Amino acid sequence: MSTVAVPFQVRSPVKALAWWLPIAAMLVAIPHVIPPYQTILLAYGLVMAVAALGFNLLLGYTGLLSFGHSAFFGAGAYVVAFMLKYLHVQSMELYLLGTIVASFALSLLFGFVCVRYTKIFFSILTLALSQVLWSLAYKFYNVTGGSDGLRVSTPTLLGVALGSNEDKINFLAHSYYYYVLAVFVVCLLAMWIVVHSPFGKALQAIRDNETRARFVGIQIRKYRLVAFLVSGVFTGIAGALWVPLNGLTTPDILYWPFSGEIVFMSVLGGFHAFSGPIVGAVVFNYLKTAAVGFTTYWQGLLGLILVVLVLVLPSGIVGTLTQLSAAVRKRLSR
Amino acid sequence: MDTFVIHALNALLYASVLFLIAGGLSLIYGVMRIVNLAHGNLFALGAFVTASVVGQWLAGAPTIVLYLFIPAGALVAAGVGALLEPTLLRPFYRRAEEYQLLVTFGLLLILEDVMRFVWGPYPLSASALFEKAGSINVGDSLYPTYNLLVIATGGVAALFLWAFVYKTRFGVVLRATSQDMRRASALGVNVNRVFVQAFTIGCFMAGLGGAIIVPSQSAVLGMGVDALVLSFIVVVIGGLGSLEGALVGALIVGIFREIGVNWFPELELAVLYLIAAAVLLVRPSGLFGRAA
Repeated sequence: MSTVAVPFQVRSPVKALAWWLPIAAMLVAIPHVIPPYQTILLAYGLVMAVAALGFNLLLGYTGLLSFGHSAFFGAGAYVVAFMLKYLHVQSMELYLLGTIVASFALSLLFGFVCVRYTKIFFSILTLALSQVLWSLAYKFYNVTGGSDGLRVSTPTLLGVALGSNEDKINFLAHSYYYYVLAVFVVCLLAMWIVVHSPFGKALQAIRDNETRARFVGIQIRKYRLVAFLVSGVFTGIAGALWVPLNGLTTPDILYWPFSGEIVFMSVLGGFHAFSGPIVGAVVFNYLKTAAVGFTTYWQGLLGLILVVLVLVLPSGIVGTLTQLSAAVRKRLSR
Repeated sequence: MDTFVIHALNALLYASVLFLIAGGLSLIYGVMRIVNLAHGNLFALGAFVTASVVGQWLAGAPTIVLYLFIPAGALVAAGVGALLEPTLLRPFYRRAEEYQLLVTFGLLLILEDVMRFVWGPYPLSASALFEKAGSINVGDSLYPTYNLLVIATGGVAALFLWAFVYKTRFGVVLRATSQDMRRASALGVNVNRVFVQAFTIGCFMAGLGGAIIVPSQSAVLGMGVDALVLSFIVVVIGGLGSLEGALVGALIVGIFREIGVNWFPELELAVLYLIAAAVLLVRPSGLFGRAA
């Protein structure tokens, strides 16, 4: 792998707060400022950010490109739908718990096979395995509803259900938005801790030089498997958060081009930066919505953007902004 | 006995088309070390072009003319391949693999919508050829004659490819480039030209697969994406980059798919993946793969 490790810049906590506080304040205030439709769009973006954050632990930090993360996202979504349909569970907290257990088990199974391989073979294997779930969801019509999918009603949040005369859109744009935001922040902090822990550093060492990492005594396959597990669980959580927003889960989210979208997001934001996948997911979500509204051929338009992006801005939005600000600072200090 | 023969023929039919797709994918990987995620779209392109040439423009022409124009799809796919490699893929050989996969994924999205733009969202068929070919008796049952032609095409393609790669001078250059690109280059091989040629042949094969199958099915959007996943199973079983592997893998997938479709329709794909997983656990680089 010829990726160049970007040295992690240690900012002073005060400076970091100066960055994060306004963003946090904005995210909290937003449902009261913009129309509900826009808030829900942002909620979708945050959900995908959780998925991309998990995905990027593998791509950005471990150097493994998974083309099968739709499996975990879809597993999360379908677990929620199954819990509702067969167990009549309505609590979002139980959904999340069930999803974590299921996506953990699934990533253990997939990871066991996939982490023996790297590079293109890893990508092909994750892609191929994820399609097993897609074909099962598609063909077991009685259980999964086939291509019609399964409907999911609004869950109870911390025991509070949707009021009998409360508007569903309003519920999604306020209560549910804050719920998503809270889970997003928890995931963000958890991932921050993971990548800055000795474990995270070991993953980066494996990414940069596998042989040397092995000499230092890192058990490569075990570390990769754990990274795979964490990554899968994060993406599973995103799937569970996504269903109530969408109200319906279909096999489309298990189909491998959806994995491609998750990859797209991370590259759009910049997979060498911690915040890259988050920015990428939110921007991609707006981009896709705009493209869908703009033309029937939105897919091709997104493909064109991806090709241009990879050719011109391989370090993504965050990477490019970092480079620009570094250049500006250099010029000012002269 | 009759049913057995028919099942065997169906398995061979499926394997022939799969070999054409997966063989092209594997050839390209073997020479260029690149996995083209848009490869399935070239298969679909071949199907759409042949369907519109044979099924629409030339509808009503003598049957022999129709047969002559079946390869049109393959030629167009090869042409597109010859254009794509130098313009879009060449800048990526020196970059990390994730970028190669991403650019071909972008290409997949573009090609999918280009086909939607040109041919619209509806299936396109060229079934006149299939119907005119009639059917032959297999014991007490009937089997479409056209399918035999597809099987024969797959066999002939495999034979030609083998002769091409192992018996011609170009094949020697191709294999040399595949084994050690830098040394081949130092010995005076024009590597860029070999790459274009290999990529074009690979696309031609995929296009031929689509062109030959379209009279018996229809060309539909999304067929390329499905075909790609199946050819991934083939190369995972056979070993990525090996033509023998693609042939054996295609046969295995063809046989087990025929079994799956008839006896466990819900588990059809899952069975194939189980086989792929079993092969990987025993032989990590596939049946014919080189150790990575």
